[in-house]
Amino acid sequence: MSTRDLACVALSLVIAGCAGTAAVVKTGVETPNLGQAVTAAEIAGWDISIAPDGAGLPAGRGTSAQGATVYEAKCQSCHGAKGAGQPNDRLVGGQGTLASKAPVRTVGSYWPYATTVFDYVRRAMPYAQSQSLTNDEVYALTAYLLHLNGIIADTDEMNAQTLPKVKMPNRDNFIVVYPAKPGAR
Amino acid sequence: MDLPRRSFLKRSVALLGAGGLGSASAVRAEAQEPLETPPWTKSPGTGMSEYGGPSKHEGHVKRAGIGSRPGTTGSGASRTPLEALDGMITPSGLHFERHHSGVPDIDPARHRLLIHGMVRRPLLFTVEALLRYPRVSRIHFLECSGNSAVMYGATPPTQTAGQAHGLVSCSEWTGVPLRLLLEEAGADPGAAWLLAEGADSAAMSRSVPMAKAMDDALLALFQNGERLRPENGYPVRLFLPGYEGNMSVKWLRRIKVTATPTMTKDETSRYTDLQADGKALMFTYPMEVKSVITRPSPGVGLAGAGLYEISGLAWSGNGAVARVEVSTDGGGTWRAAALTTPVLPRAITPFRVAWKWDGRPTVLKSRATDDTGAIQPERERFIADHGANAIFHYHAIQAWAVQANGEVKHVYA
Repeated sequence: MSTRDLACVALSLVIAGCAGTAAVVKTGVETPNLGQAVTAAEIAGWDISIAPDGAGLPAGRGTSAQGATVYEAKCQSCHGAKGAGQPNDRLVGGQGTLASKAPVRTVGSYWPYATTVFDYVRRAMPYAQSQSLTNDEVYALTAYLLHLNGIIADTDEMNAQTLPKVKMPNRDNFIVVYPAKPGAR
Repeated sequence: MDLPRRSFLKRSVALLGAGGLGSASAVRAEAQEPLETPPWTKSPGTGMSEYGGPSKHEGHVKRAGIGSRPGTTGSGASRTPLEALDGMITPSGLHFERHHSGVPDIDPARHRLLIHGMVRRPLLFTVEALLRYPRVSRIHFLECSGNSAVMYGATPPTQTAGQAHGLVSCSEWTGVPLRLLLEEAGADPGAAWLLAEGADSAAMSRSVPMAKAMDDALLALFQNGERLRPENGYPVRLFLPGYEGNMSVKWLRRIKVTATPTMTKDETSRYTDLQADGKALMFTYPMEVKSVITRPSPGVGLAGAGLYEISGLAWSGNGAVARVEVSTDGGGTWRAAALTTPVLPRAITPFRVAWKWDGRPTVLKSRATDDTGAIQPERERFIADHGANAIFHYHAIQAWAVQANGEVKHVYA
């Protein structure tokens, strides 16, 4: 940034608008516009987040039976047989415990959205090999975990259409406190 | 001095009891020998160093309570040793850590920040480009949502102040206001949210209200005057003043502007606060008003009756600390503590008050009030309101029991 540009930035703090090529934005701070244009194809490499309505879900499919095979090979050593937990998080069971002195939070008892299971497994699991699973494997694992928790049948196929339609048992037990309402917390 | 010996001496001092230090002073006044000139006064010291570190005699001051579960070494936390420090700013090397899949080894030349979604033109920024944008500097605390979670337990912990409450630190953060980049990208005025995502192996992600992003959110590049430490998000992190720590996504690689929250794992299954009735609070963003006495505290005991300064830290994610009161009789009476200036919004504010200890057992408490009028609740009230299962957002009054021997322990009182 040249001295003249710097002066322009300083001035524009006071007076919106200043000669030059860079855009003057709403804050009145002129910025150097150094972002590079990026194509949809490039964005696709990183745009891995899945919305609760299913936006972002990729093509692919999987069933619980297929998921069991993947689970035993890639997940069981950390999460135990059939998601029972140990040495790491338990993934199955716990329904009906949330108001007790020893609540068990799992995919089945606590998670409000099935899409989150797909999103999280794809971005962060297995722990030592993030983003290594195929989309079919992630759909299959998601189906397996939902089936182990009694939420879908063992024959139900999970794909971009069916997954967002799954209603999680604990879905309605969250109280959203943002934006703040009087008396909240 | 190595740690075991130092701890032993500290214990010995703490056990001296009433009159211990007083008699030591009296002995010195009667000594006849001239004061010794130590060796470091009689020959030159070492030369300059390219990057300084603490005194070798302070080597025992380390992050505390480091823990993770088997097979997930990088996932876990380390805590600031609050009781060993004093002042508003936490040394960068002692800033608490909370990682969800370790500290990535990022090459700044290859790192990129992508802004896309509901924007007029998606943009990709290099770190070099970000370094050319106008910067601001702000002093703010960062507190993990799970700080002090041990206090939800049925029995008081046997931990230092730092082990229990050290998932809070305070730094000067310098970087680019996020709104400048959102305006360059032309964020849709109808988009109420964005998703922030890290480049770590967890691709840690949180939904952030657009109102916060346009208000005071920062793309932090510098911490306490130097480029971010790797464990604090090098080369660039999001910083959301006052909000629970994990929303200030480290190693920031992507911002996706959205109409609604994405409902990621870390805003649904984690970082939601389970209440006693089985319902959970979601999107509990600001960290509430809070304080803790760090001196005296467990491991930092008293050496007999006499005059002491009680000191500690107060903060609020909703504004500035307005008042800190200290009780030396278990909450029966309260005195206003002096606040260390400058008192800044969403920053740690050290407080101090003089206390003449009579040598008898008692309970010390501190109670902070912020400039919104919010006041720290007693633990009993807090647990009655929220239950003991919430894990997150614990901010009740901390009680320290001072025993006759000068040792200090956690107590629920």
